[in-house]
Amino acid sequence: MSIYSLWGALEIGLIFGLVALGVLISFRILRFPDLTVDGSFPLGGAVAATLISAGMDPFTSTLVATLAGAFAGSITGWLNVKLKIMDLLASILMMIALYSINLRIMGRPNVPLISDPTVFTVLQPEGLSDYIARPMILLVLVVVVKFALDWYFATQTGLAMRATGSNPRMARSQGVATGRAVLAGMAISNALCALGGALFAQSQGGADISMGIGTIVIGLAAVIVGESIMPSRKMMIATLAVIIGAVLYRFFIALALNIDFIGLQAQDLNLVTAVLVTIALVIPLVRKRLRGKTGGR
Amino acid sequence: MLAAKDLHITFNPGTPIETRALRGLSLDIPAGQFVTVIGSNGAGKSTFLNAVSGDLTVDSGSIVIDHEDVTTQPVWDRAKRVARVFQDPMAGTCEDLTIEENMALAHSRGQRRGLSIAVKAAMREEFRARLATLGLGLENRLTDRIGLLSGGQRQAVSLLMASLRPSRILLLDEHTAALDPRTAAFVLELTARIVEESKLTTMMVTHSMRQALDVGERTVMLHQGAVVLDVAGSERQGLDVPDLLAMFARVRGEQLSDDGLLLG
Repeated sequence: MSIYSLWGALEIGLIFGLVALGVLISFRILRFPDLTVDGSFPLGGAVAATLISAGMDPFTSTLVATLAGAFAGSITGWLNVKLKIMDLLASILMMIALYSINLRIMGRPNVPLISDPTVFTVLQPEGLSDYIARPMILLVLVVVVKFALDWYFATQTGLAMRATGSNPRMARSQGVATGRAVLAGMAISNALCALGGALFAQSQGGADISMGIGTIVIGLAAVIVGESIMPSRKMMIATLAVIIGAVLYRFFIALALNIDFIGLQAQDLNLVTAVLVTIALVIPLVRKRLRGKTGGR
Repeated sequence: MLAAKDLHITFNPGTPIETRALRGLSLDIPAGQFVTVIGSNGAGKSTFLNAVSGDLTVDSGSIVIDHEDVTTQPVWDRAKRVARVFQDPMAGTCEDLTIEENMALAHSRGQRRGLSIAVKAAMREEFRARLATLGLGLENRLTDRIGLLSGGQRQAVSLLMASLRPSRILLLDEHTAALDPRTAAFVLELTARIVEESKLTTMMVTHSMRQALDVGERTVMLHQGAVVLDVAGSERQGLDVPDLLAMFARVRGEQLSDDGLLLG
């Protein structure tokens, strides 16, 4: 495995770390099975790429892309909370709606960013190769986002959001407007996914309508891998775990695809994902069995 | 304090399983009074409690708490005035959150929640002192997940949580029914103490006639969604469970057929 693919895996892994944080909020904290992600990730990419190629500066473009994701997420939440559409179905509706919306935004199936400035080219320090600079920039950003979320979930509103997912009836009886909490949580979750998409488009040289396919599976895989290596109910550890999960996942993928004697190719990606997630899901079970034998309980 | 007037609630109206749960129920509870509510299964006890808390919206009638009409207010709005302990010990607390986080949630019940840190050092001291009064050793377990506690312990913490903020009325929904007899006695004793200390207006729904007569100062019996018996003061003082049954039979003009009422 080359040094390039290692840095590359770290780069993509960190981007999907943002997605994983979003998935952590929807699936784990709010317990809202949200597939909007498959639409909000390319939405972020589409908005950012379109604005950048139209001449807007990359930071504002990325911010607008993030806000677009927040808006998409809050609509999914609204469909569920106000229109009483089942959570999974509401998110599927939003996901397919976003497919058309993303095509409308881009005006064509893909928007390349070849010579345009991106957040990475602007921030890249002198004398550092781009394939090293990009993961470094992303690392700083992901760490900042992680600590911001840790702080938020320790505040009164953040705590109210966690209670909403864990026990909505109790939350309401304590005066938490649970509907609003779901809306806010879905907005934050999809904002993070769209931010991931915006950065993905800028790191991979453009946005593509199909870039969102399977995002939710990768996000969930990261969450599950993270949880099985660092099981904890503490928020600070959970946020760290899913980021590490996302990076590890990309490393496994890179490893699997780069080791010649296994004979796997790029088209085997989804199969490898399925196998990895299965392994991650089985680890806790195996661990429990082993403990049961040695602990004599 | 609480004025419920002519409440009607019908479940599944217009279908074969239509249930008229409340049929013109009216009840006034003055400030500081501790009322126990009894009745057989399906009498409308829980429905009435859920109507007061806001979990259910009444079809007609009005609910006034502390001079404010709350009939159409959602649960979280009413939480300013209403504190509640559920029957299921698992329902009143968030099992994924720690003891202190649960208490912090209750600490800001009915208040605007902002972006300040939820569990502050000063709060922690208050929680510790409150928990110490339970005598369960929970004051040393503030950062334990509440899911690790037993049902009785969780119910005791729920009661504490309900009294962290001043409320106009405390609703207890058969909150000892899911506990073993010893724990139930402990939680009941704790209830009496907390209600006494904070001079809370309280409405306690219970299955047990014994309990209904032993605690509180007024007992109300529901049947078919309305109040059929309302005793307080000296009249209530001399009452025993058989008297209550006899009174009930007389009021309704029919013999009680529900043995479930006798249990406990």
